[in-house]
This record gives sequence, C-alpha cells and structure tokens, in this order.
Amino acid sequence: MFRKGSIKNRSSIQGWLYISPFIIGFLLFYAGPMIFAAYISLTEWPVLGKPEFVGLLNFENMLSDDLLWESLRLTIVYTLIVVPLNVIVGLFLAILLNQKIRALSFFRTLFYIPSVITGVAVSILWWTVFNTEYGLLNSLLQEIGIPAIPWLTHTKWVLPAFIIISLWQVGGGVIIYLAGLQGIPTELYDAASIDGAGSWSRFRRITLPMLSPVLLFTLVLGIIGTFQSFTNALIITNGGPSNASLFYVLYIYRNAWAFNRMGYAAAMSWLLFVVILVVTIIVFRLTSARVFYPGSTVKGGL
Amino acid sequence: MGFRIQKLLSNMKVMSAFQRTLTYIVLIAALILIMFPLVWMVSASLKPNSQIFTYPPKWIPWPPLLSNYPSGLETLKFGVGLRNTLLITIPCVIGQVFSCSLVGYGLARFRFRGRDAIFVLVLATMMLPSQVTFIPTYIIFSRLGLVDTFWPFWLPAWAATSGFNIFLLRQFFQAISTEIEDAARIDGASEFDIYWRIILPLSKPALTAVALFAFVAYWNDFFGPLIYLPSESNKTLQLLLMRFRTTYTTDWGPMMAAQVVISLVPLLIFFFAQRQFIQGVVFTGIKE
Repeated sequence: MFRKGSIKNRSSIQGWLYISPFIIGFLLFYAGPMIFAAYISLTEWPVLGKPEFVGLLNFENMLSDDLLWESLRLTIVYTLIVVPLNVIVGLFLAILLNQKIRALSFFRTLFYIPSVITGVAVSILWWTVFNTEYGLLNSLLQEIGIPAIPWLTHTKWVLPAFIIISLWQVGGGVIIYLAGLQGIPTELYDAASIDGAGSWSRFRRITLPMLSPVLLFTLVLGIIGTFQSFTNALIITNGGPSNASLFYVLYIYRNAWAFNRMGYAAAMSWLLFVVILVVTIIVFRLTSARVFYPGSTVKGGL
Repeated sequence: MGFRIQKLLSNMKVMSAFQRTLTYIVLIAALILIMFPLVWMVSASLKPNSQIFTYPPKWIPWPPLLSNYPSGLETLKFGVGLRNTLLITIPCVIGQVFSCSLVGYGLARFRFRGRDAIFVLVLATMMLPSQVTFIPTYIIFSRLGLVDTFWPFWLPAWAATSGFNIFLLRQFFQAISTEIEDAARIDGASEFDIYWRIILPLSKPALTAVALFAFVAYWNDFFGPLIYLPSESNKTLQLLLMRFRTTYTTDWGPMMAAQVVISLVPLLIFFFAQRQFIQGVVFTGIKE
C-alpha cells in the first residue's frame, strides 16, 4: 500500500509548514530579542544614540540602586498578597454561584465585565474613588464612623489601595473556578455526605483536590501577570507617594524612556525574568505534592 | 439506612433556605461593590464638572448633561482615534486567528520530531514576562524606522506570537474526532483542504473565542501604543484619553463620557458573544 517512509516524511514537512508562523514569530519576537536584550544589558544605550559597551557595569549599578531593590520588594509583596487573595475571593464567589442560583448567568456576566473594560479613564476613576477628601470610599467609610484614610497620599496606604483595586477584576477567576466546580461529579459529594462528612471536610477533601490543577494554573499565570503591573501605577500615582507605589515595571519603563538608559532597563528586565522564574518554580515545588490530576489514579468505579 | 438518608435530606433542605438567602446577600453585596465604579462613571459622564464630586453622590443626574458626550468625543479626537484603533485591531485579530490556528493545527494533528519541544516553547512564551523582549524589540523597530507606524503591532500578530491562543486552539483541535478527516483523506482531500474546509468550520467556537479575546486585548492595549505611537495623529483611543488630563486640571465629565464610549465597544461585543467568551476562558483554564 503506502510506503511508510513517504507518509512520515510528508507529514513531517507539512507539520513544520503549519508551525512555521510560530517559528518565525518565536525567532523574531522572542529568541532574537532575548539574545539582543542580553547584549543590550551590557551596554549604555540612549534610545536615539549609539550603544556603548560597558560590560557588567549595569549590573554593578543595580546592586547599589536602592530604589531598584525597594521597587522589587514592593512588587513582590504586592504580588504575593494580591494573587492568593484573588484566588480565594474568586473561589469563594464561584462556590456561592455554584449553588444552583437562579440568576447565575446574570451574576457571572456582571462579575466578568470589569475584565473587559480597562482604560486610562478607569484608572483615573480609581484615583477619584480613593481620593482622600472627596473620594467615594472615604465618604462611605465616614458614614460608618471610620476617619478618612489618606489612600493615595500616604506611603502606608497606597499599596492596600492597589490591592483593593486588583480585586475589581476577580470575575475572570470566578468564571474559571465556576466551570471547574461544575465539572466535579456530584456523586462524590453525595457519597461524602452520607458518610457524615461536614461541608468543610467536603471542601477540603473533594473540592480542593479536584480543582487543584485549575487553581495552580490561575495561581501561576496570576503571579506572572501581577509581577508586570504597570498601567495603574503609572496613571493613578505615577509611582508615588515617595516611590511607595513604584512597581518594578514602572521603574523599568522610566529608566528606558525617561532616563534614556536602555541598557540599564534591559538589565533590570533580566532580573525580573529571573525573579519570576524562581517564584514560579517555588510555587510548583510547593504545590506539586498537592495537585491531583484526575485520571492518574486507579481505574474503576467509586 | 433509609431513615438516615431521609433525615440527611431534610436537614439539607432546611439549611438550604437559610443558606440560599445568605448566598444571595453576599453575591448582591459583591455585585454592588464591583459595579459601583462603573455606575459612578456613567453617572459622572452626565454631570457638569461642578457636580461630580458632591457628597452624598447623586447617582442619577437630572437633567442629564448629554453635552459631555459630543464635547468629550471631540477632545478625544474620536474619529482619528477610532480609525487608528481599528487599523491596528482588525488586522491583528485576523492575523492572530489565522496564524495561531495554523500552528495549533500543526501541533495537534501532525507528528514530527521536535513537535513536543515546540509545544513546550509555546507554553514557555506564555510564561515569559514581556518586559524582557519589549526593550530590544523597541530598539529593533526603532532602527528599522518603524516607530510611529502600526507595523510593530501587525508583524507579531501574524507571526503567531500568542502562546495562549495557540494553546487554546491546539487543545480544541485535538478534541475533534479524526473520523471525518480520515474519510476525507481517503477521498483524496489534501491536508490543507481538510484544514480549511473541515476543521476550521468545526472550530467556530474556539476561533470566535480567540478572536474575541484578541479584539478586547488590542482594543484596550495601552502600553504598546504608548511606546510606539508618539504622534497625535497615530494615537489610539486609549492613548488619547490622556488628553483630558492637563497639568492643571482634569476635565472629568467629558473624560468619563469618552471612557464610556470607548468601553462600550468591548462591552457590547462581550454581551453579544458572551457564551463564546466564557467558553473560551473556561477552555484554557480547565483543559490542562
């Protein structure tokens, strides 16, 4: 019939053809730039000028740049609070929604809307909400007797303000967790109930393990994304007050375009990459024992 | 045993009513918290600047100041901004859908050495922070004289640079049963025919989801236009929103009006294509 060799070859070449856009894209927009970035980080390069090779000078300067480490520290702290918080709140809302509520898709849609709407004006909107004198938030707090909080003008309160803002787009997670929850066979819960398991126990022993791949997925992507926070920091506070909200990517942006130090900015980007990589690996290590992939256990009925 | 089950079920029913009410309360509270910035935004867009920050806030302005809208859109240079935003968004969305589905299909249906390594690379690009590449990419485009054009957007879009979309489509393609393809192959259809005439039409849900996500992403993109589009005549709508903020004041009413208009587009698209959107989100989250 067919010569096995020829089908394999044809399939092979064709396969590569289909993949080719990615190969091109990967080389042009990932691998190439990354290698180039490694070179740039070894130079002093004003945007419109000529690069000047300076070896490891940028990295040396990074070590003594206190602002950089402060910026990195606050970004890490912010990420480590925001991501788990969003996962927990998202999961909580999803569980509530999963209880056969009548207006389920209504809630789900409305919760998701903030993820579709972003924009400079939305960021400025947050600025007004958190404004100390006439912001909505403080007005509401004063109604219940809490004195006005200097959200955006005090170094202590600016990060909490950003954390609150991050919860606005929790709907994206809600949708994913909701779908995950709906995929858990109810027999598991019934069997557990009959055996006398309480709701907390059911949550811990059934819901969490069954959702663990999804939770890991959103956790990791959430960490990677949150490390890159930029727009709100630029528009709402521009890194202030006193650099208390100088997120790392904002600082990179400033170095590259405001201070005209592309080389330094490139070096900073590499540090960010390493940090994200390390954190991601740590998260994977910490959770690998607890992530349960259904289908990897013994076959057979429950 | 029967008695135990009965007791259990009746317990569950009683708990249920109380639980149900509590659930609704919490959900509605969460909904109010999440919706109120948007409601405030619409409300502010209909007020004169002097009334926007009064307390207690007047949620429904009457009479509504509709003139904020034309005034806002004019400051925004809506016509120019819309043209630029669409000039970027539409080709890029088409590019993403087309190139990512090609790659996804290749990864799903062909077997060749290095395929799995390529797939790992695709996943890796999903995890790479964009900061590592955007500086060198900017410099490259700058040297090529392509800053202040739309090429920095178009080129990556057609080069399947969204690992996310490739991943989504590959998962989807893999789930399609191969029977139809086998039948077509026996009938003598070429591989590309199969791809174009059979797989793609079957994949409408996934392709729609990709297109929708891409559209919203490009429509809302701020950073890309920020660094690549310095001249006013090339700016996108998101970027033009900055025009409302001068060193001295911010023109609140018209700005909110402008933002409402800009947000309406992804919002309407979302409303009409809700199911695909949500399916798309779910698909990537669940099918690992």
